[in-house]
Amino acid sequence: MKELFLDTIWPFVWPLMWIAIKILCIILPLLGAVAYLTYAERRVLAAMQLRRGPNVTGPFGLLQPIADGVKLLGKETVLPTQSNKVVFLLAPILAFFFALVAWAVIPFQAGLVLADINVGLLFLVAISSLSVYSIVFAGWSSNSKYSFLGGIRSAAQMVSYEVCTGLVLVTVLLRVGSLNLSAIVDAQRDGWFAFGLLTPMFVVYLIAMLAETNRHPFDLPEGESELVGGFHTEYSSMAFAMFFLGEYSNMILLSAISTILFWGGWLPPFEALDFIPGIFWFLGKTAASLFFFLWVRATLPRYRYDQLMRIGWKVLMPLCLVWVVVTAGYLVAFDKLPH
Amino acid sequence: MIASIIFYLFAAVLIASAVMVVSVRNPVYAVLFLILCFFNASGLFVLMGAEFLALILLVVYVGAVAVLFLFVVMMLDVSKNAKQQFRRYMPAGLGVALVLFAQLALVLGSWAVDPGAVRPVVKGAGQLENTKALGRALFTDYLYPFEVSGLILLVAMMGAIVLTLRSRSDARRQNPKRQTGISVAEAIEVRKVPFHQGVDP
Repeated sequence: MKELFLDTIWPFVWPLMWIAIKILCIILPLLGAVAYLTYAERRVLAAMQLRRGPNVTGPFGLLQPIADGVKLLGKETVLPTQSNKVVFLLAPILAFFFALVAWAVIPFQAGLVLADINVGLLFLVAISSLSVYSIVFAGWSSNSKYSFLGGIRSAAQMVSYEVCTGLVLVTVLLRVGSLNLSAIVDAQRDGWFAFGLLTPMFVVYLIAMLAETNRHPFDLPEGESELVGGFHTEYSSMAFAMFFLGEYSNMILLSAISTILFWGGWLPPFEALDFIPGIFWFLGKTAASLFFFLWVRATLPRYRYDQLMRIGWKVLMPLCLVWVVVTAGYLVAFDKLPH
Repeated sequence: MIASIIFYLFAAVLIASAVMVVSVRNPVYAVLFLILCFFNASGLFVLMGAEFLALILLVVYVGAVAVLFLFVVMMLDVSKNAKQQFRRYMPAGLGVALVLFAQLALVLGSWAVDPGAVRPVVKGAGQLENTKALGRALFTDYLYPFEVSGLILLVAMMGAIVLTLRSRSDARRQNPKRQTGISVAEAIEVRKVPFHQGVDP
C-alpha cells in the first residue's frame, strides 16, 4: 500500500498543488475585478447620466462593492416551495462555474497561461455554448412564468448568436491556421485583426458579445420592464450573487477574448513600447473593451425580441457567411494562407 | 494506471447516466442525464487524444442539440401523452428493444477488463495535430462522401422548413424597413397650444 502511494500517487501531488496555486492566482484577481466592475459600471453610468454614483462608502465609494457583497451574504436564501430544489440550486453554481472555467485557456502574456492547449478557441466556444444551461435551468426550476419566459428567451438568443460568433471565429481561424490562442496573438504581429480584412467581423463580434452575455441592449432574458427579473426573479442571497458574479466574469471573459482575437492580445501597439510587460497591454485592452459594454448600456435602449432575432438571423448571419467566403477567397487568391 | 482508472470512471458514469436517461420518469431529468452522458463521452475522447472530437461533441451535442431537446421537453407536457400511448406503441417498442438487447448481448459477451484500456487511437497521421489530421482526411480522401453528407443535411433542413412553414394571413407582421425609415416629421407633430384653450383632438 505504501509503495503504491509512493510510486503512483506521490509524483502527482506537487504538480496538482502547483496547478491549484496557479488557478487561485487567476480566480482571486478575477473576483476582485468582478467586484470593481460593478463599481465601475455604476460610476460610468452615473457620469454619463450626470449623476454622482456610489461615492459615500469609503474614499470615492471604493468600498461599495464590499458593502454590497456583505449585504447579499446576509440575506435569507429563499427556496420557492414549488420549485425543483436540485436544479434550482444547480443553476447558479453552473453559471459561476462556466464563467470561471473558460479562463483556463486565456493567455495573459506570452507563455503566461494555465493550459496552453492547441484547441483553445474551440474550448472557449464549447464553454460559452454550455453557459446557456444555467439560465435555462434557472428559468425552468423556479416554476414561475416570468422565470420560464426569461429562460426560454435566453436559450433562443444565445443559440442564435452563437452561430454568428462561430462564423466570426472561423474567419479568424482562416487567417491564423491554428486554434491555439497564443498562436492567434502571435499571428497579429504584422497588424491587429481589428483593422483590415476582418473589421466587419470585429463589429459582428462586438454585437454578438453583447447578446451572449445578456447585456444591454440585448438583456431580454432579464428585461425588468416585462419580466420582473427574468430568469433570476425567484433567486435571493448568494444564489443571486452567483448569477451576477457569473454574468460579470463572462463580460470580462468575452472582453479578453475580443482582445486576443482582434486587438493583438499582449502585443504593444508600437514596437517602441515593447518595454512595458505584455500583461499590462492585455489588461488595458480588456478594460477598454469592458468600457464598451458600459458605454452601450448607457446609450442604447433595449431591443424588442423580434428585432433581436431578426438582427441575429437575417442581418449578422448572412454577413458572416459572405465574409467567410470573402476571407477564404482573399487568402487563396493572394496566396496568404498560413502554413 | 491513472489513465485507466480515469477511463473506467468516465465509462462507468457514462453507462450509469445512459441507464438513467431511459429510466427516470421526469423527462427534464432524462435530458439532464443525457447531457452528463455527452460530457463523459467527450472525456473519453480526450483520454484517447482526440481533443478536437471531444470539444466538437460538446459544442454540437451539448451546446446545441441538447438545448433544443430541453426546449421541447420543457414546453410539452410529455408525461401525460406517454401514458395514453403506451399500449399503442408497445409491440413496436418491444421489437426494437429485442433487437437492441441482442446486439448488446453480443457486445457484452466479448467484454473483458483491460488494464491498458486507454490508448491513443489517432495514429497514422504522423505528428500532425488531430484537428489538421481530421481536416486533411475529410477534404482529401473523403471529399465526396463529406460533400454528399453536407448536401443531404441541407436537403433535410429545407424539408423541415417547407413542412412547417405556413403562411398566415391573420398574423401581424413587422416591417423593419418602414419602422427604421420613419422620419421625425412623420412621427411627431409639434403644435402651438394657446393658453387656457387647449387643442382640438
